[in-house]
Amino acid sequence: MSSRRDPLPKAPTGILGFDEITEGGLPRGRPTLICGGAGCGKTLFAMEFLVRGATQFEEPGVFIAFEESAEELTQNVASLGFDLDELVAHEQLALDFVAIERNELEETGDFDLSGLFIRLGYAIDSIGAKRVVLDTLEAIFAGLPNPVILRAELRRLLRWLKDKGVTAIVTGERGDGQLTRQGLEEYVSDCVITLDHQQREQTWTRRLRVVKYRGSSHGTNDYPFLIDAQGLSVTPITSISLDHPVSTERISSGIARLDSMLGEAGYFRGSSVLVSGTAGTGKSSLAGHFASAACARGERVLYFAFEESPSQIQRNLSAIGLDLAHWADQGLLQFHATRPSFAGLEMHLSLIHRAVEQFAPSVVILDPLNSFISGDNALEVKGMLTRLIDFLKTHQITALFTSLTTGGESLERTDSAISSLIDTWLLLMAVNTGGERNRALSILKSRGMAHSNQTREFLITNDGIELREVYLGPDGVLTGSARAAQEAAEESERLARQQEIERRRRDLERRRAVLDAQITALRQEFEAQEAETIALIDRERERETQRQQDRASMASLRRADPSQ
Amino acid sequence: MNQPDQDDNDAPRSEPGTIDWDGQDLTGDENWTLRLYVAGQTPKSLNAFANLQALCEKHLAGRYRIEVIDLLEQPQLAQGDQILAIPTVVRRLPLPIRKIIGDLSDVERALVGLDLRPSPPEKRD
Repeated sequence: MSSRRDPLPKAPTGILGFDEITEGGLPRGRPTLICGGAGCGKTLFAMEFLVRGATQFEEPGVFIAFEESAEELTQNVASLGFDLDELVAHEQLALDFVAIERNELEETGDFDLSGLFIRLGYAIDSIGAKRVVLDTLEAIFAGLPNPVILRAELRRLLRWLKDKGVTAIVTGERGDGQLTRQGLEEYVSDCVITLDHQQREQTWTRRLRVVKYRGSSHGTNDYPFLIDAQGLSVTPITSISLDHPVSTERISSGIARLDSMLGEAGYFRGSSVLVSGTAGTGKSSLAGHFASAACARGERVLYFAFEESPSQIQRNLSAIGLDLAHWADQGLLQFHATRPSFAGLEMHLSLIHRAVEQFAPSVVILDPLNSFISGDNALEVKGMLTRLIDFLKTHQITALFTSLTTGGESLERTDSAISSLIDTWLLLMAVNTGGERNRALSILKSRGMAHSNQTREFLITNDGIELREVYLGPDGVLTGSARAAQEAAEESERLARQQEIERRRRDLERRRAVLDAQITALRQEFEAQEAETIALIDRERERETQRQQDRASMASLRRADPSQ
Repeated sequence: MNQPDQDDNDAPRSEPGTIDWDGQDLTGDENWTLRLYVAGQTPKSLNAFANLQALCEKHLAGRYRIEVIDLLEQPQLAQGDQILAIPTVVRRLPLPIRKIIGDLSDVERALVGLDLRPSPPEKRD
């Protein structure tokens, strides 16, 4: 395989997150050293590698145990849901316990470890194994004399494993000043992984680091990992690239007025939303609205509560008309309530990862974020959030974080560390005016949309959150009763204006009536005169006719000449 | 894992891959059964066999049996006696079972390892 130019072939471990940070798994056909102190999870890591290999990738494996018997091993990993007996019965796994009791062994001359080679070879061949674990190989140094021979044999063994073409894990105990007590790292040159179990701020965190991975790029950070009922899961701290897909789909914030402030449509799907504000400004209520709206669309919501219990949140939100219990019953809403102090940051991150992987939500709510900050770990919190947001974005999950700003701090300060990661940032403020404390909301930023630049008054009513226009008075923003007074003043002014208009309208009516009356009178006068004139003309005409008749009768009487 | 034979405590029978050193009567209390694990006919294993034989002749003449197991032929037998190093001699009888590793070129250590008191009493540890 090395003769070709192909990238290094890799054997996926199937361990959640690990294959991401190593871009595919362990180097195929080569040995990998896993080292760490007692109880750091070496054996479990190695065992999960074999079990997943056998069950998911059809690669049978051999586990050579130097410290625990096959029965003990089987029992220990049963808690992770691994049934070794069944795997052994199906020839997917071979277990061999190599017991070494030093006091039985007297060295009488030259020897080698062919016995181990033969046992290993026999186990590999009997099930056609592709994967091998030697746990903990260093035990041979404690059990057998003559380190010179052992070192030479170790070198030969690792060479032999390579020649066999099996993907091998060799575990080793952490030593002073070097990775392993016996310097195994000298022999395993392809891939070295350290596991660690550290205490910080009274919580213990397991960490994994890829110290070396020849011929491959890999993440170099300390990755936290978790061992629980499903085995190991490693949290990739930062995704290696910034290439997550983006969506143009918009989803409602759950509050119609807020949607219209956000470019008439709401948040972008897959974006990260930060709601920050001082105590009691309604951050959780805003989150509750968002959760409720998502559930109403039939989407799944994962709600991480770090300060309140789920039932308390549900009760509080039901007081403002949000019935979250109903969605929880339908399985659309899932609460995860943990104390921030319950585990280290990395552990929390791992837990969140695992919960998200399992529940596959489209909305994740973290309420509140900054309860993680204790002492001077702000930098670590930022690192954690970066990873979390990256992770959620790559899964196209819309995330809403609330952040409590403590009094006296600039409202925008605490969050400035993560603001660059946030797409939409809503600021909730308490406005103190006229002996009142009122809430106001403004959009500090919202990437990729034309959002309102106006501050709105934010009311929490029995029917949920209501957003109102605020009034800008000579003393600044008017809220609460000041706003109400302003509203009343405007109302009376409006009424007065309306009355004035009404009065004028009536006046006009009256004038029109007067005018109409005058027109009628004039017309009547005219009609009277007209009638009189016509009568006069008629009379005159009659008189003329009469006169001519009279003249004719006169002529007739005088027997006048008709030709005249 | 299967044992090479079920009755090697009292039966001087040959098994595949085992060699009875001689046909002596092995019924007494003092009978020794030694098993030598090797991996092929390497100089090291031939050496070990020769050394073991010489040692037995000197200290256990007439009351021992040596089985040689070649793991290249019977790899499944390595697990039963927890064989790691080659060559290994397992003292199966008398009990308790003891193991020594190496080619037995260091006779003193071999005697100590096998808990064989040399005829002239000497240091044991």
